[in-house]
Amino acid sequence: MIFDPNLTLNFILLAMLVIVAGFVAATRSLLAAIILMSVYSLVSAIWLVVMDAVDVAFTEAVVGAGVSTIILLGAILLTRGEVQKPKLSKLIFPAIAAVISGGLLIYAAMDLPGFGDPASPANAYVGHSYLVSTPGDIGAPNVVTAVLASYRGFDTLGETVVVFAAGIGVAILLGFGERAATAAPQPLDPTGDHNVVLRVAARLLIPLIALFAFYVQFHGDLGPGGGFQAGVILSVAVILHALVFGLRETMRALKPGFVRAVAALGVLLYAGVGIVCLTNGGTFLDYDFLFDRDTEDAIPSGLLGDPDAIHHWGQHFGIFFIELGVLFTVAATMVTIFYAFAGRAPDAQKEAR
Amino acid sequence: MTFLLQHLNYVAVIILMMLGLFVTFAGGNLIKRMIGLAIFQTSTGLFFISLGKVQGGTAAITISPTSPEAKALAAQIDPATLAQTGVNGVVYSNPLPHVLILTAIVVGVATLAVGLAIAVRIREAYGSVEAADIAARDRVPLPGQPAEPLV
Repeated sequence: MIFDPNLTLNFILLAMLVIVAGFVAATRSLLAAIILMSVYSLVSAIWLVVMDAVDVAFTEAVVGAGVSTIILLGAILLTRGEVQKPKLSKLIFPAIAAVISGGLLIYAAMDLPGFGDPASPANAYVGHSYLVSTPGDIGAPNVVTAVLASYRGFDTLGETVVVFAAGIGVAILLGFGERAATAAPQPLDPTGDHNVVLRVAARLLIPLIALFAFYVQFHGDLGPGGGFQAGVILSVAVILHALVFGLRETMRALKPGFVRAVAALGVLLYAGVGIVCLTNGGTFLDYDFLFDRDTEDAIPSGLLGDPDAIHHWGQHFGIFFIELGVLFTVAATMVTIFYAFAGRAPDAQKEAR
Repeated sequence: MTFLLQHLNYVAVIILMMLGLFVTFAGGNLIKRMIGLAIFQTSTGLFFISLGKVQGGTAAITISPTSPEAKALAAQIDPATLAQTGVNGVVYSNPLPHVLILTAIVVGVATLAVGLAIAVRIREAYGSVEAADIAARDRVPLPGQPAEPLV
């Protein structure tokens, strides 16, 4: 057995994940559990890089360690309270259920192909064929983006709609944050301004975060990244603004109605690309039919630098537009969700007094 | 020993799943239950990604076989395996699980938000997010008055 640094790192990180998850299960403080979940996401993002899943690692880092922590914190602000000390007798049945199902799964897992086996059914057939055919079919170097946006574009449309629907669901349950917009402004702190450093740092960071989001967006087919990651990063820029300058200020700059419209526009753009492909004689989301022959010939071959390279313009622009749709929907939905949770806070404060 | 090492990943992922399941079942607090569900969900993701890893592979972003990175990678792998499992002289990990889990994470945070929003409304209607309190208030109306209507 040769020493493999990647395998060792894999086991160390997995052990850390189990330990952190164990503490999440054990702690009675919700705040501690949420911060530990943030740590858990960050560790699993590092583990995903070791597993070569760079796109997933990116998503896990921005979603798990970033946005979901903020949403969970917003939720405990609105619900308050500690976890009650559970009776020991109430823990026995859940423990038995977890151990039995886990034991059965471990028993079954022993029949799985070994870790890293290139000949396993999952890796040898479907996965391999995507790797072989992507350069010829799509022309995008990032195979994950090619599968996500083109081969399985219909799945991704479904997922984008689910994100959109979840945003609507949260807005229906908690409102659009309009209460924050109408609430009286917070009185100024008479002891002076304590947030100068935060405000100066945020003013510098917000444009950079937005710029990084667009970099991630437009390099999605060349390297790790894409609409989902970029959308979440873009929403983080807005959320940071709201956390530092107050929700009222952010809502004045970025109206909730506008954000909702953008979320709907994203799904419309995605589905619209599919419809254009249909009208040009292809199947739904078959980007090879995005442009008719004449338009495709009219595109200068040097548009993306190398004039000699073979370009699949339909695929290239199809992926570009649907990733833009994903960016709009994901970013706007995350902001809507944040508005909904944060906009509910004035009520909670009133109640507490 | 090799067998154990090859299956340890699955065992670790299943332990995470058990912890998530336990928190979801045992946590009386609704927020804690959502956290347990999140652990459960990530464990599924980690399982898929574990299955998609290929020994000696690299991230599924195609690189030219003549580039120095590709040559450095190829030098670490047995030539017979490279010829059999590589694409254009480079071994990549399976991109398919990555696609599935990437979108599942984003959908996961959106559905987590819906669950938390429901918990917030439950708090507003019942004054608590403890499952025991909620069940108690559902069962027994306060003495002398009918059960409070839901807001």
